[in-house]
Amino acid sequence: MSAAPAYSEDKGGSAGPGEPEYGHDPASGGIFSSDYKRHDDLKEMLDTNKDSLKLEAMKRIVAMIARGKNASDLFPAVVKNVACKNIEVKKLVYVYLVRYAEEQQDLALLSISTFQRGLKDPNQLIRASALRVLSSIRVPIIVPIMMLAIKEAASDMSPYVRKTAAHAIPKLYSLDSDQKDQLIEVIEKLLADKTTLVAGSVVMAFEEVCPERIDLIHKNYRKLCNLLIDVEEWGQVVIISMLTRYARTQFLSPTQNESLLEENAEKAFYGSEEDEAKGAGSEETAAAAAPSRKPYVMDPDHRLLLRNTKPLLQSRSAAVVMAVAQLYFHLAPKAEVGVIAKALVRLLRSHSEVQYVVLQNVATMSIKRRGMFEPYLKSFYIRSTDPTQIKILKLEVLTNLANETNIPTVLREFQTYIRSMDKDFVAATIQAIGRCATNIGRVRDTCLNGLVQLLSNRDELVVAESVVVIKKLLQMQPAQHGEIIKHLAKLTDNIQVPMARASILWLIGEYCEHVPRIAPDVLRKMAKSFTAEEDIVKLQVINLAAKLYLTNSKQTKLLTQYVLSLAKYDQNYDIRDRARFTRQLIVPSEQGGALSRHAKKLFLAPKPAPVLESSFKDRDHFQLGSLSHLLNAKATGYQELPDWPEEAPDPSVRNVEVPEWTKCSNREKRKEKEKPFYSDSEGESGPTESADSDPESESESDSKSSSESGSGESSSESDNEDQDEDEEKGRGSESEQSEEDGKRKTKKKVPERKGEASSSDEGSDSSSSSSESEMTSESEEEQLEPASWSRKTPPSSKSAPATKEISLLDLEDFTPPSVQPVSPPAIVSTSLAADLEGLTLTDSTLVPSLLSPVSGVGRQELLHRVAGEGLAVDYTFSRQPFSGDPHMVSVHIHFSNSSDTPIKGLHVGTPKLPAGISIQEFPEIESLAPGESATAVMGINFCDSTQAANFQLCTQTRQFYVSIQPPVGELMAPVFMSENEFKKEQGLQGGH
Amino acid sequence: MLDNGFPLATESNILKELIKPPTILRTVVNTITGSTNVGDQLPTGQLSVVPWRRTGVKYTNNEAYFDVIEEIDAIIDKSGSTITAEIQGVIDACVKLTGMPDLTLSFMNPRLLDDVSFHPCVRFKRWESERILSFIPPDGNFRLLSYHVSAQNLVAIPVYVKHNISFRDSSSLGRFEITVGPKQTMGKTIEGVTVTSQMPKGVLNMSLTPSQGTHTFDPVTKMLSWDVGKINPQKLPSLKGTMSLQAGASKPDENPTINLQFKIQQLAISGLKVNRLDMYGEKYKPF
Repeated sequence: MSAAPAYSEDKGGSAGPGEPEYGHDPASGGIFSSDYKRHDDLKEMLDTNKDSLKLEAMKRIVAMIARGKNASDLFPAVVKNVACKNIEVKKLVYVYLVRYAEEQQDLALLSISTFQRGLKDPNQLIRASALRVLSSIRVPIIVPIMMLAIKEAASDMSPYVRKTAAHAIPKLYSLDSDQKDQLIEVIEKLLADKTTLVAGSVVMAFEEVCPERIDLIHKNYRKLCNLLIDVEEWGQVVIISMLTRYARTQFLSPTQNESLLEENAEKAFYGSEEDEAKGAGSEETAAAAAPSRKPYVMDPDHRLLLRNTKPLLQSRSAAVVMAVAQLYFHLAPKAEVGVIAKALVRLLRSHSEVQYVVLQNVATMSIKRRGMFEPYLKSFYIRSTDPTQIKILKLEVLTNLANETNIPTVLREFQTYIRSMDKDFVAATIQAIGRCATNIGRVRDTCLNGLVQLLSNRDELVVAESVVVIKKLLQMQPAQHGEIIKHLAKLTDNIQVPMARASILWLIGEYCEHVPRIAPDVLRKMAKSFTAEEDIVKLQVINLAAKLYLTNSKQTKLLTQYVLSLAKYDQNYDIRDRARFTRQLIVPSEQGGALSRHAKKLFLAPKPAPVLESSFKDRDHFQLGSLSHLLNAKATGYQELPDWPEEAPDPSVRNVEVPEWTKCSNREKRKEKEKPFYSDSEGESGPTESADSDPESESESDSKSSSESGSGESSSESDNEDQDEDEEKGRGSESEQSEEDGKRKTKKKVPERKGEASSSDEGSDSSSSSSESEMTSESEEEQLEPASWSRKTPPSSKSAPATKEISLLDLEDFTPPSVQPVSPPAIVSTSLAADLEGLTLTDSTLVPSLLSPVSGVGRQELLHRVAGEGLAVDYTFSRQPFSGDPHMVSVHIHFSNSSDTPIKGLHVGTPKLPAGISIQEFPEIESLAPGESATAVMGINFCDSTQAANFQLCTQTRQFYVSIQPPVGELMAPVFMSENEFKKEQGLQGGH
Repeated sequence: MLDNGFPLATESNILKELIKPPTILRTVVNTITGSTNVGDQLPTGQLSVVPWRRTGVKYTNNEAYFDVIEEIDAIIDKSGSTITAEIQGVIDACVKLTGMPDLTLSFMNPRLLDDVSFHPCVRFKRWESERILSFIPPDGNFRLLSYHVSAQNLVAIPVYVKHNISFRDSSSLGRFEITVGPKQTMGKTIEGVTVTSQMPKGVLNMSLTPSQGTHTFDPVTKMLSWDVGKINPQKLPSLKGTMSLQAGASKPDENPTINLQFKIQQLAISGLKVNRLDMYGEKYKPF
């Protein structure tokens, strides 16, 4: 329908295809005759069979387009070549088509079949580019074809094509918004995609097409959080801003219980295992502990988001850093927002454009969270090379950050700034001083004195600005400052800046009682020059006259009348109005208006002092980092950041239930293998990793310790767990706890199996995953299953990217396994956890031998396989008394050889031990074949200290220095005693 | 590469594979075989987890260079005391290694680094846990890391400026004298010294004589610039002379600011030291 008129129009414009159109354009025919010729030969070149000629022609045509010349008359000639075999020609034809297809729709249709063929091409690059161009052609008639193509591409094998499909969605939407429903279906499908390549693009499409359909995100929330770090930078920005909005609608505000939270912040970070152990240990403790805990518990998904975005603060891309910063500012609890300050300060080093945006945001943040940037005060000092805009913003930040303690340094800086050559900046500095003075009472007098000194400055602007600021300051405490007002009154002779004159007049009028002698004189002078003044000054002269008339009518009656009559005939109607109004009020007329009796009250009422506020004060209702925030005005397309909900929406919506979970988790595993770069191992990739292996997963502990419906929360991508938990859902928390408890016991009773699972697996990541799925699986049967699937996921299960994949998998091995302690605080928490876990274990099971086989729990790395040249060594504390010596702690050492040569003669070499510590070496291991692993037991007497035992691990060829540092809990042995005995012991030790 | 305004591929290595940069050899080959510089296969990197690295890189000389570049930003007041000074650094790399090398760069004193931002290739977790930079480098030149040295470490500014700039109220002449000298340079020479200064509006012209280097004064923008070059500690460079001020006008009350730029080769002012660089994943020996 719409194509028909377009067609006829075309005809009119270009006289139909095939005709030499350029004749129509007088310019091209006459003046640019060379153009005319060139077009002719271009056509010829395009019609030849030689690719090189075609290419040459296309290059020239594209160059013409780039220069803004019209090349539309070549359309028919060009479009023929869309079927050209040469890929380079083809691409240039595509470029041309994207530019001109909209103008010549009927002709463009000729090319559609080529694209459709291209969409079926075996080469993914061709498929993708065909789709890209097809969707870029803005011809309404092909909307159904595009729709079909997008749908097909969305289920393409290649992620690259799927990505292109995601890109095509907004294009189609802008062409025909009626397709929205169908497009949403495609978006939904693509959102479920698990490759990093697609994630960014589909979220972009989501934001363009249906930002309100937040329900589509639920199922993909956790996946997006986990993928985030591997998505390319552009995608990260889009995803982060979408997740910010999502989190605002789905989670409770973390700041509602600020005080409580801060109190518990420490706990939330490191106390997770402790809580968990407690919860698992006995029902009573858990039940008792739960209600007494903080009433606000951060949703684990909320925590997941915060945790996964944090590393992105280290991104090289300023946009990503800014996006994370706004996410933290809008979503994180107060105690954690501080982490973004450092990264933002870093951005201040980049280009001035970036600086400008960042400073705008910092200015807003520094109002709400001043403490955050205080340590970086000096980074906001102004450099003489900064552009004025940046200087003023920095000044704004400095002013916001000024407080009682740092005000002396800030003021000293300001003093330097006043001598700057940049006058706008100086004026802003004076304003800033004024604001500091109002905010911080202590320095008000100092500031005032400083400003008064500035009154003798030679630069008029400086003086004027000071006057204005002084006026504001004086309003706060006028009584003491008669002197200053007198000084100001003298200035009226010199100052020409209207605003300053008006300010002085207002001050004199307002405080005319403090300067009874000078005021009438000033009025006299002003009356003389009344006609020459600016409007704003005139208004103040009237004001002054009125006030003086009321207080001192004897001296000023005539003057006032003179001024009023001058004003009556002024050109400006405002002034005429004001004069009329004032006259009626103050001069008692014959009617004796009721108002004039109250004139004194009206004019001389005490006025509240103005509050000097930052211009960024109310900006925070715009989402930080948005264009609207930058402009301080709502931009088109701006989406308001929703407020936190009162009640948390159901968190279970984010649980993923997938019918064929084995297959899916296969994919899952593969993907996790695929992304070794930041998320080294599963330990980081999701909260699935149960709390006992991952010290960081406080989300886990939160959900378990919280009494309210903890069932669904602890799950994440790993689907088997979700299934279990979905089944369990609906039961009360108590049953959940006991369930948990039961599982623990199950786990302990099948130690052999577990030991087998973990030791036979060489990559410790899969072993940890299996051990943790055991944790939650309900029965022993299921226990084996996850272990087996996790083991049999072959890396090449996907065919597409297989070639390079293999080498990448190798690379992944260089990354440390999940159980390895990541940072010093983590070590502390592991040891604490292990500590307590040890205690609970002894509590529930009495036979020590049952404890012996090692779970993935305390497995620590002794030697990384990279450092060990293929030899990887882990150790665990087996929690058994060492057979040789009761003072020794037995340590299980696991060797695995991942190199391709056998490792021979493994033994302990000369130990270098601190006093008291001794080692019982393990028997030498003769040889370790490639791919094999072995376990040995050694005893260490740590002498009840947590000092590390350092020793050498020797092979035939190499020596490695290693050290074992025991957590406190591993040094204790369980002792059984009755209550009475216990009390007796207590008494002996002089305890309480 | 953009699609409808949304970036599609921006990694230079990917783009290079999509459209190969022309070389003489390639031009010759292309004219003979009729092939083109435009790749007809999707770059494998695009789909892999290392989108920043081209595949099939081959070099006969395998080499990798790392430049540690540090910048001091300091504000110094007129009496010579440092108001604020901070060190920002970057490590730029030029890596020409065959295949898919996995590099590990460790520092002697990684705690020095207060705030860092990485190229996406750096494994963040390794850095968090071990303070080691572990990465599969992109091919060619790239910025591996940029960092900020914590402000607690006092920064020793390696140069000083002695200045004597005075305007006299009565006469229309002002005196101008600045001297630049080295301070704590650890035996390295200071090079590429340039001094620029924005003079107040009242200054009409300046007649100065430098002891070394060249100087210019632009009477329109009032910008004085002095290209000093190397500083010889035995003979400190100085710039002396007079300024002619606008007659009749009172002396300007702004203080001119002096911007000083310099370079010191082979000195990381923060004291950052690279410990070692290891390569895994490939058989050959680099360097």
